Amino acid sequence: MDKHYKIVCNLILGAALVTTGMGSALAQDKVKVGLMLPYTGTFAALGNNITNGFKQYVEENGGKLAGREVQYVVVDDESNPARATEIARRLVTRDKVDVLIGSVHSGVALAAARVAANTKTLMIVPNAGANEITGAQCSPYVFRSSFSAWQPSYAMGEALAKRGVKNVVTLAWKYSFGTESVEGFTEGFTKGGGKIVKDMSLPFPNVEFQPFLTEIAALKPDAVFVFFAGAGAAKFVSDYAAAGLKGSIPLYGPGFLSEDVAAMGGAGEGLQTTLHYADGLNTERDNAFRTAYAAAYKAQPDVYAVQGYDAAQMYHAGLKAANGDPGKLDAVIDGIRAATIDSPRGSFTLSKAHNPVQDIYLREVKDGKNAVVEVVSAGLEDPARGCSM
Amino acid sequence: MDFASFLIQVLNSLQYGLLLFLVASGLTLVFGIMGIINLAHGSFYMIGAYLAFVLTSATGSLVLAIALGIPLALIFGALLEWALFSHLYKRDHLEQVLLTYGLILIFEQLRSLLVGDDVHGVAIPAFLDASIQLTEVMSYPVYRLAISVVCIVLAVALYYVIQRTRLGMMIRAGNDDRSMVEALGININMIYRVVFALGVALAALAGMLAAPISSVFPNMGSHVLIISFVIVVIGGIGSVWGALVAALIVGFADTFGKVLLPEISGMIVYLVMAVVLLWRPEGILKKG
Repeated sequence: MDKHYKIVCNLILGAALVTTGMGSALAQDKVKVGLMLPYTGTFAALGNNITNGFKQYVEENGGKLAGREVQYVVVDDESNPARATEIARRLVTRDKVDVLIGSVHSGVALAAARVAANTKTLMIVPNAGANEITGAQCSPYVFRSSFSAWQPSYAMGEALAKRGVKNVVTLAWKYSFGTESVEGFTEGFTKGGGKIVKDMSLPFPNVEFQPFLTEIAALKPDAVFVFFAGAGAAKFVSDYAAAGLKGSIPLYGPGFLSEDVAAMGGAGEGLQTTLHYADGLNTERDNAFRTAYAAAYKAQPDVYAVQGYDAAQMYHAGLKAANGDPGKLDAVIDGIRAATIDSPRGSFTLSKAHNPVQDIYLREVKDGKNAVVEVVSAGLEDPARGCSM
Repeated sequence: MDFASFLIQVLNSLQYGLLLFLVASGLTLVFGIMGIINLAHGSFYMIGAYLAFVLTSATGSLVLAIALGIPLALIFGALLEWALFSHLYKRDHLEQVLLTYGLILIFEQLRSLLVGDDVHGVAIPAFLDASIQLTEVMSYPVYRLAISVVCIVLAVALYYVIQRTRLGMMIRAGNDDRSMVEALGININMIYRVVFALGVALAALAGMLAAPISSVFPNMGSHVLIISFVIVVIGGIGSVWGALVAALIVGFADTFGKVLLPEISGMIVYLVMAVVLLWRPEGILKKG
């Protein structure tokens, strides 16, 4: 009787141990990835490509990161900064995501980064380039897989000064990203001995450029540096050529200027821009990535897909360092910090402020592609001004 | 600024102002004559630009695309008036704003489903794809000048139709006193349908003409909507002539503001509007 009682007790205890053990194994089984990206509106295509890139890396690892299955919580942030805090909070507190991936729009990313820093949640920014994210507002919990606005523009400034260009007119949309791009360019260019003849700007997203083109023609600088993106970039490049300036005054800018080459007709051909990715890198890593991406999504990858892919790589590196436990956040963070990311763009590490230390390419538009010309700045690190980390 | 640059900036101002007039004229007709606040007016501009893109791709010619696009826009406008707007004349402005705001969202979503979210370029017709050399580095695209000519022709035609024809007389009478016009046996509903279709067609035509120089992109209508309302208010609600004067004022203020006062170029148009409204609260030419 006594013996029988003991056996039953042991059985119950054993069963309890097994079930609780199983329970915790189930709970830890999956890592929860919150994708907070634009899936509607102007930046919808960017959000989709980042998502595709992220998922591609996970698929290449058999649908797992560090042995754990990945569960996605996907939210459309509509590129609306006014809703960003609320959406980020919901992902963190209600959905309890292990990592927050977002976003494209800098205003949205800054608001979400504030939530991540306050709630001690890991966040990887797969695009937004505002310097602040890994500058004045830097946080141990926030990483970036893309770039800072400063990086490509500074590299362009340096490169033009090195070429012996003396006088440049700058023109950009007057919002943070435009201003930061021009500041980065001016820093690199004047350091090399160049002079900014005139710094012009117009409100975002105004696209009536004709008065500025007239002004540029009157000033006759050696070159023009501009920041525009999306439809505005396509329009500016077309207008610049139509005004007859293309042949006489070379135009330069960060890579967003030549994104929509197809929409520019022939006006984009020969345009030189700087960015952390280019077409035709022709490295084994990039070729493998592009082939796999094209097979999976029936489309060519772009810089956004690369940034999404690398965000997944960064998180993977962190998880591996924490033996697959997303709860060991300090280990995850240290893991990402120490990692060398084998990116299609070329491998990079992360700076103290958590921004990629990476090569910047000079690219030239040839047959509708942003073909690589050379690396103009190798291992360029953002100065992370205002960051005390 | 040297004299040559000054003259080119004047040309820029005229050209920009005339294109703005084309969009705003349709808005002022619908707003002034029918009393409808139409926030979807910018969407008609967007639809026009996308029509130009789709039809130019299909037919290979922008001229042909415009020739096909105008009747399509007229039919589309008449159908919209019949199905939706005709129920709104006696409702208040808030309901009109709600309906037309909803239409913006629907049109953008349809555009996204049908054509996608990419930026597209539209080729300039070959016979207009040239430039005139103005200074040693600056040239002026012939296509921009052609747009200005089309805008001037349309402005004169609109003026003629509204001031000199029987239809125009009925439109003006309907604007002044709807019930009296009805009592005289004129089919005011038909007049409204014509005016609305005309407004849609004018916005769509502006979009089609602007497509080659502005490229075609999502939400492009919202850019022109606000500036169009500014023009309508400055010019005097319902006055086509006022819209022309106001559009030119805005064209000059914007162009020269950007060059001479770059720090406040974003608000200079609104400053002009504030000054005009202080001086003439009804707009420059109320009911011209």
